[in-house]
Amino acid sequence: MLQARLRKTFPQRPDSAGFSLDLEFQAASGVTVLFGPSGSGKTLVLDAVAGFVRPDEGRILLDDDLLFDGAADVHLPPQARNCGYVFQNYALFPHMTLRENLVFAAERRPRLERHRRVNEMLETFRLTEAAGRRPHEVSGGQRQRCSIARALIVAPKLLLLDEPAQGLDAPLRAEFYDVLRQVRADFKTPVLLVTHDLDECFELGEEMLILREGKIVQSGSPRKILDQPANIEVARLLGAFNLIPCEIRALDPGRNTSKVQMGEFELDGPYFPGRFKGDRVTLCVRPEQLVVSARLGRPGPNQIPAPLSRTVEKPHGMRLEFEGGITADMPRAEFDRQRDNKEWLIEFPASALRVL
Amino acid sequence: MPIDWFPLWLSLRVAVVSTAIALAVGLWIAYILANREFRFKEVLDAMVTLPLVLPPTVLGYYLLVLIGRASPLGKIWEMIFGSPLVFTWKAAVVAALLHSLPLLVKSARAAFESVDRSYERAARTLGASEWRLFWRVTLPLAHRSIFAAAALAFARSLGDFGVTLMVAGNIPGRTQTVAVAIYDAVESGNGTVARTLVLVVSAIALVILTLANRLSPR
Repeated sequence: MLQARLRKTFPQRPDSAGFSLDLEFQAASGVTVLFGPSGSGKTLVLDAVAGFVRPDEGRILLDDDLLFDGAADVHLPPQARNCGYVFQNYALFPHMTLRENLVFAAERRPRLERHRRVNEMLETFRLTEAAGRRPHEVSGGQRQRCSIARALIVAPKLLLLDEPAQGLDAPLRAEFYDVLRQVRADFKTPVLLVTHDLDECFELGEEMLILREGKIVQSGSPRKILDQPANIEVARLLGAFNLIPCEIRALDPGRNTSKVQMGEFELDGPYFPGRFKGDRVTLCVRPEQLVVSARLGRPGPNQIPAPLSRTVEKPHGMRLEFEGGITADMPRAEFDRQRDNKEWLIEFPASALRVL
Repeated sequence: MPIDWFPLWLSLRVAVVSTAIALAVGLWIAYILANREFRFKEVLDAMVTLPLVLPPTVLGYYLLVLIGRASPLGKIWEMIFGSPLVFTWKAAVVAALLHSLPLLVKSARAAFESVDRSYERAARTLGASEWRLFWRVTLPLAHRSIFAAAALAFARSLGDFGVTLMVAGNIPGRTQTVAVAIYDAVESGNGTVARTLVLVVSAIALVILTLANRLSPR
């Protein structure tokens, strides 16, 4: 298990804005995802854990090993940290074959064991046939598997991955997720993964830490975070919500209901703990939670009429964008049935409503 | 009159030894300049580069003061080897080194700095010592540029005149390098010797520089 408390400040310079990293987190077994926009400090966290960057203060503990302690002036070099690192460009040594890359990593093991181990790894990661070739002579998938195998051959206590699926095409990406799931099952090495891809968090992450400007703004399982973003900033970072300003008009904890005023319409919602009548809040609802139908007669409860401004085809369905900035997702077949609707109604299911 | 080829052989020998020393010392300095952060780092770089811009007489003067028979270094040398350093072919090596070392350090530093940092980082996370990292990763990845730098240093060593004259002198058959011999030949009106040596030296330098260019990564 990794426990880290990090603080590092980069003063403002004429050629660069200041930046300060200040966070505390734990990563147990499984995959922990560091999610955040570029410049949020994700890679800096990895580099501090790996020992490439020295934090100003804090403490990094990996299992029972103290890797860094600002107060005690402990700062182990990367060599002594037992952290595997898979770089964004894989950083396979270009002048060595895939096998030599693995041998280089295994060199601290006894000779006999070394070769057995290298062969095992080549087999596990389906690299036996490509073992004699250099990195630039093999496929992207093989390069990727080799870089993971190379990091794992030293039996690290933690595996660090820096946007490993960045720039990969879809099949390669899917293959990579499979490899990483296999790693999780076979090697039991805790993984700390940096990404700014939300799908990746759901594919791989048991735990998710959301970073913004050097601070953790929310942590938890990806499902839980998507279900209830901690605040409007997190919701914006996740980029998966309709965020609509509104006002709370009524709250009834006994019946677990509320009324929310959105523009000229009033919606029924669940009770919102900790909120008061009259609060101006942001309604937060995912596009796939909205139910869209043709307008026939008067709108029912929680339905609002809205003109459709455009539709966008997405891999898993259609995205409908309505005037006023509301977007809704629906399956392709459903859209084909409804495409000739003249007027539209959007229904906000009461149970799906969240406010921030 | 037959041409005395000794100066050419001497110059080649001086260049080989000086390039070897420049590699041994210069790669180390260049690696430190490329990888370590410390105060006065750019001062160190400037000091190494200084001989490229100073007049040969200034350098010769420094060397005479530094390794002359009366200097501490000169005395230690004489104590160990039983003969003075100045006015021997070894002094010519020192003179050549003054120019080959800066050239090598400059190019090697750039070569080391152009190696993608992630390779070195990867090697470190794999537990490689700094020593193994240098020999197995950084140097192999930079080897083409390093060869090119060594070729350049070799070519420069071959052509030193002023400093060599001041510290090694012009003793035919002992310290007379090809550059000095050409000067001698011109002064004494020996046109054939001068012409031949000039053409041979130019040809050698041209071959080496072409080699250096072909080795440099594009």
